[in-house]
Amino acid sequence: MMVRPEKFIDGSGRRVDGRLPNELRPIKMQIGLLKNANGSALVEYGLTKVIAAVYGPRESQKFVSLPDRASLRVRYHMAPFSTEERKNPVPTRREIELSKVLRESLEPIVMTNYFPRTTIDVFVEVLQSDGGTRTVAATAASLALADAGIPIKALFGGVAIGKVDGVLVVDINEVEDMYGDADMPIIAAPDLSLVTLYQLNGVLSKDEFQEAFDMAINAITRIVNMEKETLKSSYQVENKEGDLEK
Amino acid sequence: MSSNKRIVVPGEVIEGITPSVQEFYVFNYGDTTRASMIGVLDIKQDGQINFSPINGIYMPREGDVVIGLVTSHGVSNWFLDINSPYQAILSVQDFFGVRQNSQAPEDPFRYLQIGEFVKAKIVAFDRIRNPLLTVQDKGLGKIVEGSVIIIHPTKVARVIGKKGSMIETLKATTGCEYFVAVNGAIHIKCGNKDLEAIAETAIETIEKQAHTSGLTERIKKFIEEERKIRGV
Repeated sequence: MMVRPEKFIDGSGRRVDGRLPNELRPIKMQIGLLKNANGSALVEYGLTKVIAAVYGPRESQKFVSLPDRASLRVRYHMAPFSTEERKNPVPTRREIELSKVLRESLEPIVMTNYFPRTTIDVFVEVLQSDGGTRTVAATAASLALADAGIPIKALFGGVAIGKVDGVLVVDINEVEDMYGDADMPIIAAPDLSLVTLYQLNGVLSKDEFQEAFDMAINAITRIVNMEKETLKSSYQVENKEGDLEK
Repeated sequence: MSSNKRIVVPGEVIEGITPSVQEFYVFNYGDTTRASMIGVLDIKQDGQINFSPINGIYMPREGDVVIGLVTSHGVSNWFLDINSPYQAILSVQDFFGVRQNSQAPEDPFRYLQIGEFVKAKIVAFDRIRNPLLTVQDKGLGKIVEGSVIIIHPTKVARVIGKKGSMIETLKATTGCEYFVAVNGAIHIKCGNKDLEAIAETAIETIEKQAHTSGLTERIKKFIEEERKIRGV
């Protein structure tokens, strides 16, 4: 169990982990690390680590097949070792719900209409949890879908805005989530000005709500730019490797 | 002719390209045209724009000649894996060219078994039907000699090369016969196991290094050296 810190914002305006309110955790992205999957990605926001694997479009089992588009299946799951105490590997109510919520946030972005009667599977596995897992999962899913070559309307990403000690903070971690006054995860595709997930836990005033939304879009734009860099550089690196053999 | 190549990511605006109905690599969103996949955008000097995806799948099209792997069979048809999301169907009637007053053998599945490859043409495919194959055309049918290697369907263009330069190099240096199917299956016929192994390695190399420059020269050198080492 985590201890509640006395103060969430210290005298110099820094948060429990030394970040400024508008600062993201250090983000790491990697793609193409699973051989069997059509596309895969590992994304870390600070200590939160999520791996995503995408399969398909592939042949549907009869009962999930849709006549006009590909059926999208999303599984969000937390590894038994992802938390401080062992998490029972059986999908919990929360995980089943998050799978549904994530699926619904992917549906407007993945172009399923080109592949009728097929299935696209997105698996996200939380390897290490330190708050904001659903938003990291969205970012990982975005990269894995792009890596798999499944047509998507745009790259997307997620970030959670929180409120601690009356201050709005970007990309909250576990402690800020657990003891904070509000938690607002958002998934969006900034290139299309499209928000696909918007949740709020806690209380925000109308002005705070507007400010938090602007902060989130700003942060997601930064995250999506990182995704673009990751994708572009992973293919450029292959370029260089090939040229070395000349 | 020099050209300007860059990598685009999904959602990136591409100017000067019109999305066609068949291809889903680019699409219209509002007033803009955007890419839906990671790909290489090639802007040639004469203003021609070409977009080729780096990853992706093979979508069957009527008229395509593909190589399929027999995976199972029903009462009167075989099911083939053609390296796409849709399983292809080849009927017993078609395979034996059955017309009026003639009959297919009583045990048709002895003639084409699970695990064998077939070169066939797609005669029908749409959103509600799986691809239907035919072997009733010149050069089609069960593959009885040589070997088949399966690569990623988006790398097919690289194996063929600009105006067929890569495939010509492969033919000239190994002396083998190649058939590159659009679904990424390549039939190699050499009559010599060593040459076949060299050809397979060369194609695997092309697949891995598909988006590098100077590949044709490197492949040529590799095959020549390998032939010296193996003495074939």
